[in-house]
Amino acid sequence: MSAILEATDRLLAGPSPAAGSESLAAHNVRLGPMPRVGSDMIGTLERSGLLGRGGAGFPVGSKWRSIAERRSGPAIVVANGAEGEPHSSKDRTLMAARPHLVLDGALLAADAVGADELIVYVGADHRAAVVAMGRAIAERTTTARLPIRLVEAPVAYISGESSAVVNFINTDDARPTGGPPHPRDRGVAGRATLVQNVESLAHAALIARHGEDWYRSAGRGPTSGTALVTISGAIGIPGVREIDYGTTLGEIVAGAGGATSDIQAVLLGGYFGGWAVVGDLRDLSLDPALLADRGLSFGCGLIGLLPVERCGVWATSNILDYMAGESARQCGPCIFGLGAIAETTRRVAAGGAAPGDIDNLARWSRQIVGRGACHHPDGAAGLLQGALSVFASEFHLHQQDRRCSRPAATAQGVR
Amino acid sequence: MGERLAIDRIRCDGYGMCAEMFPEGIELDDWGYPILRQGVIPDGLLPLARRAIDVCPVLALRLVNAPARPPSTSVGRPRPVESAPRS
Amino acid sequence: MESLLWYATRGAGMVSLILFTAVGCLGMLTVGRWQRPGWPRFLTAEFHSNLALLSIVFLAIHILIAALDPYTSLGLGSALIPFSSPYRQFWLGLGGVSMYLIAAIIATSLLRSRIGQRTWRAVHWSSYAAWPLAIMHSIGTGTDGGTAWGLLLVGGCVLAVVACLTWRIAATRVARARIDAALPARTVVS
Repeated sequence: MSAILEATDRLLAGPSPAAGSESLAAHNVRLGPMPRVGSDMIGTLERSGLLGRGGAGFPVGSKWRSIAERRSGPAIVVANGAEGEPHSSKDRTLMAARPHLVLDGALLAADAVGADELIVYVGADHRAAVVAMGRAIAERTTTARLPIRLVEAPVAYISGESSAVVNFINTDDARPTGGPPHPRDRGVAGRATLVQNVESLAHAALIARHGEDWYRSAGRGPTSGTALVTISGAIGIPGVREIDYGTTLGEIVAGAGGATSDIQAVLLGGYFGGWAVVGDLRDLSLDPALLADRGLSFGCGLIGLLPVERCGVWATSNILDYMAGESARQCGPCIFGLGAIAETTRRVAAGGAAPGDIDNLARWSRQIVGRGACHHPDGAAGLLQGALSVFASEFHLHQQDRRCSRPAATAQGVR
Repeated sequence: MGERLAIDRIRCDGYGMCAEMFPEGIELDDWGYPILRQGVIPDGLLPLARRAIDVCPVLALRLVNAPARPPSTSVGRPRPVESAPRS
Repeated sequence: MESLLWYATRGAGMVSLILFTAVGCLGMLTVGRWQRPGWPRFLTAEFHSNLALLSIVFLAIHILIAALDPYTSLGLGSALIPFSSPYRQFWLGLGGVSMYLIAAIIATSLLRSRIGQRTWRAVHWSSYAAWPLAIMHSIGTGTDGGTAWGLLLVGGCVLAVVACLTWRIAATRVARARIDAALPARTVVS
C-alpha cells in the first residue's frame, strides 16, 4: 500500500495526510482565512512562474489570462482530479488530505477568470478523495458565492484529458472530442471552461496567501517551486512526497527508503513520460526544464523504478498493451497504429519477433505522432521511442535471437 | 498568408479518397489513414485540395489559415535520451 | 403525337429508374469501400454523384412530359402534390414522394459544405426510402409493368440493389471487426 512520506513544507505542510482530510476550520486556523483576490491575481501567478501539474506543464497564469480575456459570458472552472495515470497518486492524496487548499485555489480561479460555477472532477474509484472533496464542498456551500458540485470521473487513462472532462460533464461520454472548439472557448454547457489540475490550484491558493516571491524561493534550478511526486516500483517506501524542483533522483530514492534492488531504468513522468537510464542519473535533477534539455519529461511527477531483474522490453510491452487498451477508439492512427505497436512489441517481448519488427515499431511510432484527436498516441509513441533507445541491446536480443535476458522474471509473472 | 488542410481525426474513417485526389499534399499510412503534409498549400494546388475536401464522404477535411502548427507533441515530450545501452 | 409523348414519358421513367438504381449501387459501394487494385476509389464516389445529376434530367423529363401531356391530363398538380391525381392515385403518389426525397437529397448534397455533415447524412439516408418508392411507383403505374421486359427490367434493378446492399452490410461488419481486433481489451493495472 502506498504511504505518505516525509513532507516538505507547502502543499503537504501541516498535519500528516495520514491523519485524514483537513476540515475547513482547521484549514483556516492553520493558514488564515482566504485572502480577497487582488485585482492582479493572474499577474501574480504569471510572475510566479507556476506551471500546470497535470502533465503538460503549461503556465497557469497564462491559461487563466487567456480565458479571462477571451470569454464572452461567465466561465466555468473545473478542478481536474481525475488522475488517469495509473501509478500516480499525488492528486488523490492531495484531495484526500488538503481538500480545502484545492477548493481555495479553485475559487480563486473562478474569481480571476469570471466563472459562476465550479465543478470538482474526481476519479470515481478514488474513494478517499471523493469523500474528502464531498465533505469539503458541503462545508463551503453556505459561504461560497457560487455553486460547487462534485462529478465522479470514470476509470480510464484518458478521462483526465481536458476535452474528455468537458465531454463527460456535458454528455456522460468520457472520450476526447479533439476540437476546435477547445474547452477554453466552448466547454461545459458551451461556456469558456478552465480545466485545471488540482495540484496547480493548491499551489495557486498558497501563492495568493504568500505571494510570488515566496513561491519562487523554492526550487534549486531554473524552475521555481515545489511539486508532488509519486515514487513507485522497486522502492522501499512507495508513495507521494513533495519535493523542491531540482531535487536529485538519488536524494528522492534515499528519502523513500532506498531502492529494493539495483535499478536499471526509471520511468519518469508516467506512461506519458519516458524511460531514463539510471547509471549516471542518481544526479539527475528533477527540474522540468533540465529534464526537457535531456529529452526527458517531468510529466505528472511519476517516478517508477525498474529493477535489474525485470526485462525492459516486457515492461514496455505491458505499458503499451495498457495504453492500447485505453484508446478511445475514435481515430484510425490510434486504433490501428497503436494497436499494431502494442501487438508487435508483445510479440517481440515473447520471443516471436518477425524480421523487420523493430524497424516497423520505429516507423509506426513516428507515424502516429500528432495524428489523433488527443495526445494519447503521442504518449505511447514517445514511450516506445525512448524504450527502443534505453533498452536497445535488450530489444536487439529479443529481435535477433528471440530470447530474453531475464526469462526467470517472465516465468514468475513479474515481467 | 496562405491556407493549409486540417482534418477532424474523429470523423475520418480512412476512406483514403483524399489522398487519391491530392497526392501532393496527402499520403496514406499503413492502414489507409491520411498523413497531411505540413505547410501552406501552393496556389496552383488549391483546386486539388478543394476537390479532396469535397470528395470525402464524411467531410473530415477543411481549409484553415496557415501558419501550420508542427505535428503537435505534448509539452515536455522531446527526443528520447541518448544513453549507453544496458544489457 | 400523343403516343410519342406517352412512350417518351414511360421510356424516360424507365431510364431514370435504371440510372437511380446505378446511383444507389455506386453509393453503397462507396460507403462499403469497394476497391480493386488500380481503381481509384474516388471514381466510384464521383460516378455516384455525377450519375445522380444525370438521372434527375431523365426524371425531370419523365415528370414534365407525363404532367403536361394533354393525352394523360394529369397536370403539374398531380406531380407536385402527391396522391392528388385520380389516375392510379396511390401508385402515382408514391412517385411524387420519391421525387421530393430525391430533390432533398440532391439539394443537400450540392449544399453539403454549407449545411454540415450531420444534416446532409440524415437526408441522404432517405435514399433507402426513395428508391423502393420509385420501384413500387413504376410497377403500379407503369403500363409496361405487366409486360415481360418491364418486369425483367425492374427485377434486374431490384437484384442489383439487393446484391449491393447485402455486400454493403457485410463490408460494414468486416470493418467493425477489424477495429475490434486491432486493440487489446482494457486491462486492470497491477
